[in-house]
Amino acid sequence: MGPARLLNGVGRLYLGLVLFFLYAPIVVMAAMSVNRSPFYQLPIDFSTTWYEQLWSNDTLLDAAWNSVWIACVTTAIATTLGSLAAIAFRRYRFRGRTTLFVLLFPPIAIPWLITGTAMLIFFFVLGIGRGAPAVLLGHVALALPYVIIVVMARLQSLPPELEEAARSLGAGPWRVLRSVTLPWIAPGVIAGALFAFAVSFDQFVVSYFLAEPGDSTLPVEIYSAIRKGFTPEINAISTIIIVISMGVMLGAARLARFGGTR
Amino acid sequence: MAATGEALQSGEPLQGGEPLRGGDLRRLALMIGPAYLWLALAVFLPLSMMLFFSFMSDVPVAGRDWHVTLENYETFFDRAFYAELLWRSIGLGLVVTLCCVLIGYPCAWVLAKTIRGRSREALFLLVILPFWSNSLVRVFSWAIVLRGNGVVDTGLDLILPFDVDLNLMFTYEAVVIALVHSYLPYVILTSYLALQAIDDSLIEAARSLGASRRTILWRIVGPLSLPGVLAGAVLIFVPVVGSFMEPRIMGGRAGTFYGTVIEDQFVAVFNWPLGAALSFILLAVVLVILAAASPVLRRTG
Repeated sequence: MGPARLLNGVGRLYLGLVLFFLYAPIVVMAAMSVNRSPFYQLPIDFSTTWYEQLWSNDTLLDAAWNSVWIACVTTAIATTLGSLAAIAFRRYRFRGRTTLFVLLFPPIAIPWLITGTAMLIFFFVLGIGRGAPAVLLGHVALALPYVIIVVMARLQSLPPELEEAARSLGAGPWRVLRSVTLPWIAPGVIAGALFAFAVSFDQFVVSYFLAEPGDSTLPVEIYSAIRKGFTPEINAISTIIIVISMGVMLGAARLARFGGTR
Repeated sequence: MAATGEALQSGEPLQGGEPLRGGDLRRLALMIGPAYLWLALAVFLPLSMMLFFSFMSDVPVAGRDWHVTLENYETFFDRAFYAELLWRSIGLGLVVTLCCVLIGYPCAWVLAKTIRGRSREALFLLVILPFWSNSLVRVFSWAIVLRGNGVVDTGLDLILPFDVDLNLMFTYEAVVIALVHSYLPYVILTSYLALQAIDDSLIEAARSLGASRRTILWRIVGPLSLPGVLAGAVLIFVPVVGSFMEPRIMGGRAGTFYGTVIEDQFVAVFNWPLGAALSFILLAVVLVILAAASPVLRRTG
């Protein structure tokens, strides 16, 4: 099996190259964030200056705080509404069910540039304007379909006999929900919550059109900082962000086990 | 745009459920209503309002007159500038999609067919992880790598005896590189799922009947995994045609695309009606592509 083993080796090497392509720029960015030289001179002269400077950069700190609380509120609302909708989808058969399900896809499939500008127009007409309420409205709408789909996937594995047994033992609909359905889907709900957090925390396009200039979220602030000219502080905050969002997604992946062999 | 792959992967889990009885209708409305009200308020009504705006002559703020008009759409068809940019964006979408498929498919193949056990799951996660992390930050990281005297230039200087000056930053190529980096995991994800679903015994059978590697690829694995590849391609093409942040950061002066012109109408020129019309033309292009691909996309679900 000489040629086959050779081919396997080539395959692994190729996979390694792709991973290098995906991770190298991130590693370079992280390395430069601890480099004292603002001109990215090599070799790296280790220093935490740029991280320390972050602490005195009020614009970035305010934006970071905005990003965090908006992501948390988005997560709470989207997870609650989305899980309820998913359970209803599973429990009841009714006219228009397929249509309602298909309606979950436009928010995902239409480019965010279009959705974001449409929200800007509509919220302007409504008098909501730009600012945190508008951002929140937008983020929850974008996160909802993901939560519903992830929770529904988990619900599929719930054996119908469990709920039937509870019902035949005299449990009412809310009791069935609380004692049988919710405990079963808990991992799905948590995974959905993490997806919702990631959608909001990493959201740039929609926030860009809906946030109030001067009081926006972290990605929007970073974007305007990049366009004004690179500073090593952006490296530092970007490194922090990428560590947070990768951490959140690792958690979600463990719970949702997407794509992997079960 | 992230996670559409996940969404498709979970398919359409709409079997089962009980017919409604009496008080169930109220319960159903209470459970499903809030989510869909929210979607209506923040997605569907805004899209309808934008359609209306695209037929307005001016922004309806106090003191300004406006009337219903086709002017905004006429502007698109009268001035070659917009159509050229739309073609340029579609071209960018094709180039990026093609690069992603050419790089991603073999990668999915290696993952699905040659690596076994726990390491496969870990490697798969490693490939997918960046696509769930902040895309703006990832684009920015390429700006650091590609800028003049950046890491690529310095690295090549160390290896090669002569002075290199690639100057990739602020070029069309830089935009392509950043976009391929952003969207590559999509096509790996969808191709991997399609390849994983192919029964290994099918390949074994073909091999034992004397089929060559090439025959197996072209006659069996290729056709069976095609829907997955196409799904990934659509998921990449659609957002790339509407991209504006990546061209702005990586392209500089070479970064004017259809998406950046729409952005301009909303944040710089404040010609919202024209922006709305341009957005709807883009949406039409997107819908045509999604409709054309939907039979294939449904099969992958």
